[in-house]
Formats: sequence, C-alpha cells, structure tokens
Amino acid sequence: MPKKINITINGKKYKADSGQSILDVARANDIYITTLCHHPDLKIQGSCRLCNVEIKGKNGLHTSCSTEVSDGMKITTDSPNIKRARKINLELIFSEHCEECSDCIYYQNCTIRNYAKKYKVKINKFTDRKKHHPVHKFGPALEFDSSKCIDCGLCIEACHKVGVDFLEYKKKGKFFEVMPSDKKDKDCIYCGQCLTHCPVGAFEGVGEFEGVDKHLLNTKKTVVFQFAPSIRSTIGEEFGMPPGSVVTGQLIAAIRALGIKHVFDVSVGADVTTIEEATELIDRIQNKGEMPMFTSCCPGWVKFAEFYHPELLPNLTTVRSPQIIMGGLIKTFWAQKMGLKAKDITVVSIMPCVAKKYEIKRPEMKINGIYPVDQVLTTRELSHLIRKNKIDFKNLKPEKLDSSLGIPTGAGVIYGASGGVMESALRTAAKMITGKRLPRIEFKQVRGMEGFKEAKIKIKGNTVSVGVVNGISNARKIIEELKKQPNKYDYIEVMSCFGGCIGGGGQPVPVNDEIRQKRAAGLYTVDTNKKIRLADDSPIVKEIYDEFLADHKNVHNVCHTGFMKKKKEVFPKK
Amino acid sequence: MKNKNIIQKLKKAELKGRGGANFPTYLKWQMVKDQKATKKYIVANGSEGEPDTNKDGWIVKNHPELLIEGLKLALKAIDHSEAIIYLRKDYFKKYQSKLQKLIGKLPITIFKERGGYLSGEETTVCQEIENKIARPRIKPPFPGQAGVYGFPTLINNIETFYYAAKIADDDYEKTRLITILGKVKNKGVFELPINWPIDRILENTRNIPDFDFFVQMGGGASGEVLLQNELHHQVIGSGSIVIYDKNNTDPYAFMRRIMEFFMEENCDKCTPCREGTYRLMQMIRDRSIDKKVLDDLLFVLENTSFCALGKMVVPPMRSAVKKLI
Repeated sequence: MPKKINITINGKKYKADSGQSILDVARANDIYITTLCHHPDLKIQGSCRLCNVEIKGKNGLHTSCSTEVSDGMKITTDSPNIKRARKINLELIFSEHCEECSDCIYYQNCTIRNYAKKYKVKINKFTDRKKHHPVHKFGPALEFDSSKCIDCGLCIEACHKVGVDFLEYKKKGKFFEVMPSDKKDKDCIYCGQCLTHCPVGAFEGVGEFEGVDKHLLNTKKTVVFQFAPSIRSTIGEEFGMPPGSVVTGQLIAAIRALGIKHVFDVSVGADVTTIEEATELIDRIQNKGEMPMFTSCCPGWVKFAEFYHPELLPNLTTVRSPQIIMGGLIKTFWAQKMGLKAKDITVVSIMPCVAKKYEIKRPEMKINGIYPVDQVLTTRELSHLIRKNKIDFKNLKPEKLDSSLGIPTGAGVIYGASGGVMESALRTAAKMITGKRLPRIEFKQVRGMEGFKEAKIKIKGNTVSVGVVNGISNARKIIEELKKQPNKYDYIEVMSCFGGCIGGGGQPVPVNDEIRQKRAAGLYTVDTNKKIRLADDSPIVKEIYDEFLADHKNVHNVCHTGFMKKKKEVFPKK
Repeated sequence: MKNKNIIQKLKKAELKGRGGANFPTYLKWQMVKDQKATKKYIVANGSEGEPDTNKDGWIVKNHPELLIEGLKLALKAIDHSEAIIYLRKDYFKKYQSKLQKLIGKLPITIFKERGGYLSGEETTVCQEIENKIARPRIKPPFPGQAGVYGFPTLINNIETFYYAAKIADDDYEKTRLITILGKVKNKGVFELPINWPIDRILENTRNIPDFDFFVQMGGGASGEVLLQNELHHQVIGSGSIVIYDKNNTDPYAFMRRIMEFFMEENCDKCTPCREGTYRLMQMIRDRSIDKKVLDDLLFVLENTSFCALGKMVVPPMRSAVKKLI
C-alpha cells in the first residue's frame, strides 16, 4: 500500500499517495494542468514542457508529469511565470506544426488550438520550420505528415508499447526526426496506435478525410454500407455522447440519411466467422492439425505474423475476417437474392481500424476476380461524412438494419472487444462438441482490458486452454511461451490494439483505459440483451448455410483465405 | 591505514564533483554504497564534451595510474561493484591500450562513447552504456539509485577520481585543473588552487594579454563571457579559460559558434532546447537580435529545459549579448 501524504495545491489541501506525480494528483482532484505529451496509456515523456508548476522552496519551474509528490509539498499550478513559459513553449510548438485544420482528425477538438486561445499564443510568431517535411505513407493504411509533428515522442512510445518498434528517432541534418524504420527486419503492421496517441493529428488514415465520399455519389452502382461490431459503442463519442453509448439505431439512420439504402451489420459476418472458426478448431483438435490455432481476423496481427513470424502461418485460422466474409456474402449470396451482379455492387465498410484498409486490398481475398470490399471508412471518417452532410446524429430516430441480411447474434457483436472472438467461438464450439447448449454461455475469464489473459475451459471432460492477448507485445510473450511449452495453448486470440477493436486505430480520439472499458461494456450490454447469443442459432446464418454455404466451393471462396511470408513494405520517404 | 574510510576523507577534503555540477563527492559515494543491490556500477566519465577543455584528457595522458587508483578506491568502498572508464572517441583511440595495461585483471572496462556533448550528461551516460538512444532520462531515479541497467551507479568525472586518489594519499592541496586556451602564449592544462581568481591564474601562468580582451570561462560552449574588469571570479564549470581579442572578435561569429554547437549537440527531446536553440541560432545568423524574443527564449531554456544542457545555453548567450553587442 502506498503511503498517504498531504500536499497543498493552489492553497487547498489534498491527500495523495506517495509515488504519484503532481499531475496525477491534480487530475484526480479536477485541477486542470496544461499538457500535451502526456498520455495515460504511455510512459512519461517530459518533452513538451507545458505542464510546469511551481513548488515552494524549490527554484524555478517543474514539470508536473515527471515530479513526484512529497509530504507537505506546496504546489502552484498558475502564476505569471508559469503562463509565460507555457505561452513561449506553445509558440515554439506551433513553429513545428504546419496547420491543416479543416482536414485534421482533431478539427472538432484541437488541444493546441484551445491552448493557443487560453494563453493568447501567436501561432505564427515563428516561421514554420517543417514546411517541406515529407509525408510518409504506410501502405494503404496510414500516413504520417511529418510537417505536423511536434516531436512529443508519443507515437514512438505507442509503437513500442504495441510491440512493433517501427517508429524511431533518426538524425536528419541538424535535427532528430520521428521516422519509419529503414531497417530490413522492421515493418509497420498498420495498427494505427501511433495515430490515436498523436496529440496533434500528424497521423491520419489514408483518405482521411479527403476521400470519404468517393463512392457516395456513384449512382450507377448499388452502394452498400456495412459497419463493424465495435462501431455501435464508439461513434457516439464523435457527436458528444458519453463513451460506451450504444447507438446502433442512430448509426443505421445516419447512414440511410447519407442516401444509402442498404445497411448491413458486419456482426452477421462475424457469426459466420465464428461457425467456421469453431469448426476449424474442432477439426484441428480431432485430426491433429497444427496447434495451437490463432485467430486471424485482426489484419495487423496477420501482417505481424507474415513479416515477423512466418513460421506461425500454418497456425493461423484460414477463416476470413468478418468484414471480408460479409462483403463476400453481399456480392454473392445477397446479390443473387437481389438479382444483382457482383460488379455492380460497391461495398463500403465502416471499421474501427486503419489496417482494414490494407486487408481489403489483399489480392487473395478476391472472389471471381472481384474484391469483396471496395472501401474502408474509419469511425472517424464516417462521422466526418455525417457532419459534412449536416446530419444531426444525436437526434436521429433509430432505424433498423436491412432485413435481407438479417440481424446479428450477441456473439457477433462482442467481436469488437478483446476476448470477444474467443468467447463467441467457444460458445459455438462447446455446443458442437457436446451436442447441446451449455447452461452457462458467458466466458468472463477472457473479457477485460488486461493485455494477457488465459483460461482453461472444460468441455465434456476435455480441457481447452486458451490465451487472449491484445497488443503485439503480449503476442510476443505468448510466442516465447510456446517455444518453451508448445502444447500450452489450444486456441489463441490476438488483437493488435489495446483492448481490441474498441481501441482500434480508426476509432474516435482521445482514448484511454477508462474509455476503452466503457466501449467494451457497451458491446457486452448489447450481447446480454440479445435473445440469440450463439452464432449458430442465428436464423439468417442458418439460411445462408442452407442455401449458399452448403456448396463447399462457396465456403472455400467466401469464407477462407491463405497467408504468405511478407517482405518489408514500408520505407521512410527521403 | 591510508585508505581507511575513503568516504570520510572525501568529506573532510570537501571534494566536489569536477564535471561541472559541483556536487559533494562523498555524498554520491555514500549514496551508492548505502543502496542494497546485487550489482553496482562505477563510471569514470571522460566524455569531456565542452569545447576548449581537455583536462580529463590531460589526466589520462599524464597520470592514468591515479585515475585507476581512484577507481580502485571506489571499487573497494562500494560492494558488488565493477567499473567502467567512459571515454570520448579520440581519448579512447589514443589511450585505450595504455589504460588496459594498467587495469590488468581489475574489474574495469573501457567504454567508447558514441555521441557527443550530451553523452556526458550522467543519465545519458547510462543510456549510451546500455546501447540506447543518447537522450537524458527523467530524474528521479538518479543514477545513484538506478543507473546503468537499473543498478545503483556512481558516476564521477575523471578528475574527481584523480583527486580521490590524491586525497587517499594525503596529497591533496585543494587544487583543480584549469585549461587555458585562446589568444595566449602559454596554452595548456595547469593544476592550481581552487580559490584563485581568474586574474591571478592568468598572471601566474604568464598569460595576461597586452591587448583588450575578454574571456569565456567554464567551457567553450556553456562558459560565461567575462570582461577585463570581471576577472576576480573563481573558475567554475569544467574549469577552462579561453582568451579572446576583444577588438578583433566578431561577437556574432563568437555566438554563432556556441549556438551551432548547442544545436548540433542537443538531443532534440524537449521543446525549449530543440526549437529555442534553433531560433536563437537564426537570430544570430541574421545578425538581428530581437531582445524581447531573446529574453523569452532564454527564459524557457533556463526554466523548462529537460536537462542541464538547455539551461547551459543561457549564461554564454545572456552574457555575450549584454557585454559584446
């Protein structure tokens, strides 16, 4: 237990734990301190030098993020010197940041612009130092505009925490710059945690926001939108609603208000993924296939395995991710039903993820030469589109999904949180193995925000050992573990992003543990409130299997894929 | 016994760190000694990154046995310890084999520094030894608590170990090493009493110029500018005195050399140092100093820099602008 100590902030007494930073104590007591390079997910940077405070008995200014409280400490968070230092440092920060506000992910809520107002900062006091700095492109997923970078270090720290270490400092000319690695053995996995942890919008998804309505005005084709499981509990934040608000109905209504008639839920595709994955797991166990089996619906994880650990590729489930299965079903099963041709349909996915922009471009996804999904818009991009079209999201009357591809089960919805894929597959696998529904279908051991979870699940006398990780650094731990004990796990779920898709690189910013928890809780509420909570109980899934997936060729074409060893794809721009 | 309780002896001798920060040496030694750890490091810092200073090089060249002696004292005083002689590139190249012979089987290794000026900062020393990016760490923890690889680490300047050896031998007469350079006849490193003011030092070494001059005292980058009527000061910092011809030195060129050095050598981690030194450099390059902007930039450098390097920009710039322009 940390020792309780007494401190004074701005003349008022507060209790604090020894070991806490001044900033932590201030935040816990609703005292606002200006910060930029502080992110609760990540290690203290101490680089922006804005969070200065004064401490009685100590000369000068002290950064509150990196100074621990001590008993009897008397702190002032505002004074003429503090204001002056913040103003000057902000002017210097603005001198590195080439503004492009209308096309920025922080357009609505820009921290530095708010500070500029508060401290009466002349944002153009100094000329832009980084005017001709390059834009680094990270595949079809991400862009890093280094002319906006303020060198806070959070992206490098986020990339490190994810476990990739692709971003690094490199000296170019007289300055160290944040750079994508040029090393042969390092590559980007497109997770986008750099983006969600950048405080000034130097990172964005490819096409964000200039390409958002690319397919919207295409009247020749039938445009179909489908949204990922996690979007329903995150998009509300973009419109000022509290984190975790479940807004499925408004989301559907908003997409319709954009003029899109057909709106589908990727969670239905997730239900198909679940059945295929549970079948594959049982098959691998019974027929002594490559074990353990890893999930493969996270494209960042797939890219990681293909580049860093190709020896694991036989262990990845061949089942396609929900958006790809759903897109495939739309262009085959649904097209048939509607009397449409695949080439006349445009599928736009609303995704929590920038790596999904990369996934849809993988050539092996094509069905009869046609990509299942044509465009991925992130949660932020769809929100931008909604705002651009002046749609009042918050006050929309909730609408229902297009009934021609049914509604998802609870199992399909929880895919959006770390542990969700595992839990959905276990529900169905248990039923497949035992032949009957389990009395208890919730597997709470695999839920939650911890990066590394394990559980042993007893099914009909057998024990299935599962591992659930979020963050590649935790996947690395599991891979190490498997080197020592190859049989330790049967089934492993990996998500690149902290907390799973609800913490994805395409989600609203800012984000932190508390927000991720609320977003996940939103999804679990949807599940609890559903009558049908097992993928294989879904009427539409049954219909799809009876009418379309009874043909094994269709299962192969629409539901399965393959992986290959990858060479480095992303290089720094000169 | 001569070496009995070296820490008490260091205290009695009032030895202070010779890297520039002037911290009482015995406190550092005591702190690392008192830490409970399975391993401890002792680092002799021979980064000597200040331009116009080469007293550490002088020791390694002329009295390496006293450096090794000082390290032996620390190895003895501090349990579970091993030592590292941390040398800037040219010193490493020149003196490595000579030192190696003296080291013999002692638990002392010689480390070749990769970086420059900043790599002499004590937490950056730890980063370098661990083969990490040469950037300072957040303090606390101080190296004495958690330094190299997280183990308690005693980092002292080479000169400090040199004097620790002398103190153990009862051969310390409160002297320090002074580097004298610039437009003088008798350049070099001199061992002189700590309390001598600059004018006495110049006189004693027969270095008083016969022209109008100013000096930069305490390092060729971070040293302060002193005019002829200010030479009653004692020497501080890394202990150097550089003499300039006042009428034939372009103050902007003088300042530019300093600012170029800081801009090149800093790590670009924190806003005031990365951007502030760049803007100072621009003003000096353009020979147009806006006093208000200068004052603002020096204010944030002095008060909000992450490490000491940013703060060190202030004395030379403030004094140079005030006294030379």
